[in-house]
Amino acid sequence: MSHAATTSSVYAVLAEFENPTELLDAANKTREAGFHGLEAYTPFPVHGLTEALGHPRTKLPWLVFVGGLTGTCTGFFMQLWMQTLDYPVNIGGRPTDWGSLPSWIVVMFECTVLFAAFTAVFGMLALNGLPKPYHPVFEAKNFAEASRSRFFLSIESTDPHFDVAKAEAHLQALSPRSVSVVSTEQDSA
Amino acid sequence: MAALTPNPYAYDAGDAVLGGNHTYGSLTDKISRPVLDPTIRPGWALGILISGSVAGLLFVTIIYLVFTGIGIWGNNQPIGWAFDITNFVWWIGIGHAGTLISAILLLFKQEWRTSINRFAEAMTIFAVACAGLFPLLHTGRPWLAYWMLPYPNTMWMWPQFRSPLMWDVFAVSTYASVSFLFWYTGLIPDLATLRDQAKKIWTKRIYGLMSFGWRGSAMHWQRYETAYLLLAGLSTPLVLSVHSVVSFDFAVSVVPGWHVTIFPPYFVAGAIFSGFAMVLTLAIPIRKWYGMEDFITNRHLDNMAKVMLATGLIVAFGYAMEAFISFYSGNTYEVYMIKNRMTGPYWWSYWCLLLCNILIPQLLWIPGIRRSAGWLFFLSIVVNIGMWLERFVIIVTSLHRDFLPSSWSMFTPTFWDFSMYFGTIGFFFFNMLMFIKVLPMISAFEMRELLSKKLRHGHYGGGHHGGGGHTAPSPATSGAPAHGPVGTEPAGGAL
Repeated sequence: MSHAATTSSVYAVLAEFENPTELLDAANKTREAGFHGLEAYTPFPVHGLTEALGHPRTKLPWLVFVGGLTGTCTGFFMQLWMQTLDYPVNIGGRPTDWGSLPSWIVVMFECTVLFAAFTAVFGMLALNGLPKPYHPVFEAKNFAEASRSRFFLSIESTDPHFDVAKAEAHLQALSPRSVSVVSTEQDSA
Repeated sequence: MAALTPNPYAYDAGDAVLGGNHTYGSLTDKISRPVLDPTIRPGWALGILISGSVAGLLFVTIIYLVFTGIGIWGNNQPIGWAFDITNFVWWIGIGHAGTLISAILLLFKQEWRTSINRFAEAMTIFAVACAGLFPLLHTGRPWLAYWMLPYPNTMWMWPQFRSPLMWDVFAVSTYASVSFLFWYTGLIPDLATLRDQAKKIWTKRIYGLMSFGWRGSAMHWQRYETAYLLLAGLSTPLVLSVHSVVSFDFAVSVVPGWHVTIFPPYFVAGAIFSGFAMVLTLAIPIRKWYGMEDFITNRHLDNMAKVMLATGLIVAFGYAMEAFISFYSGNTYEVYMIKNRMTGPYWWSYWCLLLCNILIPQLLWIPGIRRSAGWLFFLSIVVNIGMWLERFVIIVTSLHRDFLPSSWSMFTPTFWDFSMYFGTIGFFFFNMLMFIKVLPMISAFEMRELLSKKLRHGHYGGGHHGGGGHTAPSPATSGAPAHGPVGTEPAGGAL
């Protein structure tokens, strides 16, 4: 976290807060001041934070819906093919055609839930870009507390008008516990 | 709101869902301590030793069973299913409470679920693992169990999808996978905490890999919360369907005592009943031995007892309907079935069942009993036994005397029936003890969320009158604050 880092090698500037209220306040002020590329790191989800940072809502529910629908169709066509088209078997005189649909509902339902649940979890991980064991922000000062008791606000260098000095000055003015600059260079582990 | 003479069983607004005087830091540390503390508690070691040995018995039983065959059990004709399916349904039922607590109580916004949902979900996974052993091994040729899956094969055959036994394959596999995903997803942020708090390099690396590099980014949390909510919404109908499908194993048949339309809701209510009993059996010792009374409070015990009472009443209604309809039907076989249950050779199991599941749980109407850890522990064991007996009665007494008297027989369990059953109990407790040691048994990030609500609103369940907002950052106080008396100002978010 050397302050002598040039703007091009800086990943982000982080400010550390002690509770979610201060963080939300800071996030709103920072967004209103015109900064972009905002991010926050918290030990639990804070309501209203993604809006305060200017992030859009996630598309995950749509993915899960499509996943679930795929599951239903898989269950249906699998049973249709196996029980009706490929090898119909007379079991106790029960219908071997579409009349068997009620007995197919259970497996269709289970396939729906299975596919939807897998889409939810793996979709969430994929959209989050996880697993990603290393990230520059882990080098920030006191970042281990981000998963315990501290709340970090970050102005990232993806902001088109990113300037280290300006970002640092703005964050200092919000009276955080500390401000640190995170560089993109990976320290030798 | 304090009474003049403090009553330990009193239920007032002071029964908070989160007690003590915690900060985010102290709460996290308390939950992480059993995992990160390298010292091995002698009680835990003893538990591992005993449960491990009993699990070893399971291992030996399985090997003997696979090599020799189902004949080592007491199953015969006509009692083709006995302890094996009784135990299967018992374990699956126990598993359902975990999903109910995680998923259904989340959807109902019941905040008291937060401190119990992690180990309840772990309980579900281990219970389903134990349950799965039985349908797998009772097939007689378990090495061919993959025949139940719909894969293109050299016999050019497909499974029979009209059978509840096939529905079971899909339902239970889906339930096992989805429960595991739900549990693991809930663990990811806590694994990140362990990664950050661990001191030893290999501990850090392992938790780091398991947490996928979670860093608590706001956008990640948004997607995470969405996925979590969706999983809860999916798991709710799933858990209802799984036990309904298990009940179809019986209801779709023609055997008197099995062909009962009330079975799906009766089984689901019974599952929740026995599941909450097992959660109590686990929660009461854990909170005592790990000092988690601030997180699993009297309010939790009270609420869990109420759920047990409610589902117990539904189950009682199910028994009453079974008996009534059997007589009311006038069908010779149905009438004989219920008479045989009440007065035949297995009469003792039926009346023990009514005692354990209907009579004794009525004690839960008494508030003092609901808030007493000792009474609840006793009651939870009674209900666990009663629910096992229920499945035994349904399966064995219906099968041993059905339509044709010349086929009637008796079932006597063998040593291997018992060794398999108690072996799975040992395996279950072994897994639970290992879980307590390597993973956080309470969902730390959800507890922090709960704490933040409490600090923000000043009162939470009334026990603490904190300020409306957070205190300004004070010079860092070293160490975690001690559990102060009720009513002291919570120290905001400062460490």
